[in-house]
Amino acid sequence: MIKNESQDNTGKGPAVKEFEYVLRLYISGASTNSIKAVNNIKQICEGHIKNKYILEVIDVHQQQKLAEKEQLIALPMLIRKKPLPEKKLIGDMSDTKKVLKGLGLPD
Amino acid sequence: MASVSNKRTTLKKILPKTPSGIAGLDEITEGGLPKGRPTLICGAAGSGKTLFAIEFIVRGALNYKEPGVFMAFEEKSDELAINVASLGFDLEKLQKQNLIKLDHVHIDRSEIEETGEYDLDGLFIRLGHAIDSIGAKRVVLDTIENLFSGLGNETILRAELRRLFGWLKEKGVTAIITGEKGDGILTRQGLEEYVSDCVILLEHRVCNQISTRLLRIIKYRGSIHGTNEYPFLIDEDGISVLPITSLTLEAPTSTQRISTGMPTLDNMLEGKGFYRGSSILVSGPAGTGKTSIAVSFVNAACQRKERCLYFAFEESTQQIIRNMKSIGMNLQQHINNGFLKINASRPTLYGLEMHLVSIYKKIIEFKPKVVIIDPITNLVTIGQLRDVKATLIRLIDFLQKEQITVMFTALTLNTAIGEQTDEGVSSMVDAWIQVKELELNGERNRGMYIIKSRGMGHSNQVREFVINNNGLELVDVFLGPDGILTGSAREAQQLNEFTGEVIRSHALSRKDREIERKRMVLEARIASLREEFESVQEELNKAYIEEDIKKEVMEKNKKQLIEKRLNTSGNGKRK
Repeated sequence: MIKNESQDNTGKGPAVKEFEYVLRLYISGASTNSIKAVNNIKQICEGHIKNKYILEVIDVHQQQKLAEKEQLIALPMLIRKKPLPEKKLIGDMSDTKKVLKGLGLPD
Repeated sequence: MASVSNKRTTLKKILPKTPSGIAGLDEITEGGLPKGRPTLICGAAGSGKTLFAIEFIVRGALNYKEPGVFMAFEEKSDELAINVASLGFDLEKLQKQNLIKLDHVHIDRSEIEETGEYDLDGLFIRLGHAIDSIGAKRVVLDTIENLFSGLGNETILRAELRRLFGWLKEKGVTAIITGEKGDGILTRQGLEEYVSDCVILLEHRVCNQISTRLLRIIKYRGSIHGTNEYPFLIDEDGISVLPITSLTLEAPTSTQRISTGMPTLDNMLEGKGFYRGSSILVSGPAGTGKTSIAVSFVNAACQRKERCLYFAFEESTQQIIRNMKSIGMNLQQHINNGFLKINASRPTLYGLEMHLVSIYKKIIEFKPKVVIIDPITNLVTIGQLRDVKATLIRLIDFLQKEQITVMFTALTLNTAIGEQTDEGVSSMVDAWIQVKELELNGERNRGMYIIKSRGMGHSNQVREFVINNNGLELVDVFLGPDGILTGSAREAQQLNEFTGEVIRSHALSRKDREIERKRMVLEARIASLREEFESVQEELNKAYIEEDIKKEVMEKNKKQLIEKRLNTSGNGKRK
């Protein structure tokens, strides 16, 4: 499911611009934290910014070079690519308040 | 019993080491860092941790064909490359050759919001990828503690670090983890708790405004190691650790003897001089000619076509050459011929260790047979006595191993009680010559004697030591009626004795002549007596001969008379 989503979103390349929120979630395989993070962030996004966002989920194990490029240390990590400035959130996204704050969304 | 010994041999086998390539460190650790295990390098800011780590990686790549990953948590890759370029490490090139991989980890707390549980899989993947991409055998994490400032959840970090070190071991890479020294503990975050195989502490100590870097192995599980603080220095060739060259006394010894440059001093040493490869100390108060003795030794060596290296801490090269010309020694000529190199520097130029290393380096470069250090006393101005002593021990050790003869000069103060030199090196040297002031009759003269000379017979006499235009000379001290005579008193005594000699010889010749005359008179008398005797003898002989002749004639007459008588009687009968 995770992979599908990431593939879907990358496939829609030009459409990215249309979304207000562009989010990228880096995870490491099917670890507990990763699965939790995917579920949590989806829930939050659906609840707050439905239809206004695009979420790309990337398994770092599959693209190891990204780790250096994106300065990845702690996983899972969510990067808000849009709107600027870039924001980084780490953790399993279970602290909804902090996630909202990090994404710049009202409670 | 058998199982115990088996266990021992296997223990030896299971601790393979990875040579660090850092000069001297592999000697202290007997082979290097534990292979396939993490080593913790801790120390305060500026103690050389990063350099240590980068040298480990670069030397591994260049000398041992072991590619390495350098993960920097502090400096950016390009900054790092510039910083170590001064040491001649071309990180760019090595990266292109896939021998090393630099990765700068940037982590900033202000940019990151923590939203629950996380792990450091990103770091693992990143490091794993870096290791696999170049087949790295060595890994450096410099300074991983920075993660603690970037990430807030200490519990997670600690658990993850433990996992990381375990994972590094599994990967079989030899790793160096650096850590900033904390208050009262080795590292701020107690990394030593996780990295327990080998811990090395680097320190930077400033004493009398001169800094010394020190290295100490705190822990090395499963291996013997030196436990001392070893000074090290960072120069244009990277780090050099200076172990006391050998922990054992196993230097080779030579029975070859070399001249001291003063035939009279040679005579005091069985007529042969010092052993090659021995260490000689010349001590004495100011102005007693210590440098002259040293230069005379050098002069002799250069004339034997041996290379000499002269470390001067008091005079400049030109000064020495000029001064020694006045006593008939032409050093310039030896310098031109390439046999002599004078290295003049102020002791305060750098710290003791730096001096030692610069001496080491120059010796290795020039390969001399004779080394002079003039004087060692000045080194005290830049270090503690015991440090100076330790330094000199190491130097002597090194020189002995290389079979280089070394002569130290040392200044002793007149006020000093006893004969111990300031540096306390006298117990370590093989031969010790003391030059003394002898003050008598309002003048100062120099006396020289041999306090010790290991392994050879040596004179126990105090000799007067004279410096003149032709060089140095030892003169027998005169024992006058009032004790020892030196200088002009000795010369006066010598003159006196010479006068006596002349007068005596004059008297002798006069007596000789008288005797000669008497002999002549005697001989004349003997001749006249002989004449007299001969004439008496002749007289006597004359009488004898006359007697004989008379007797003969009478016999003849008697015969004739008898014959005559016989004839006449016959005639008468016939009638």
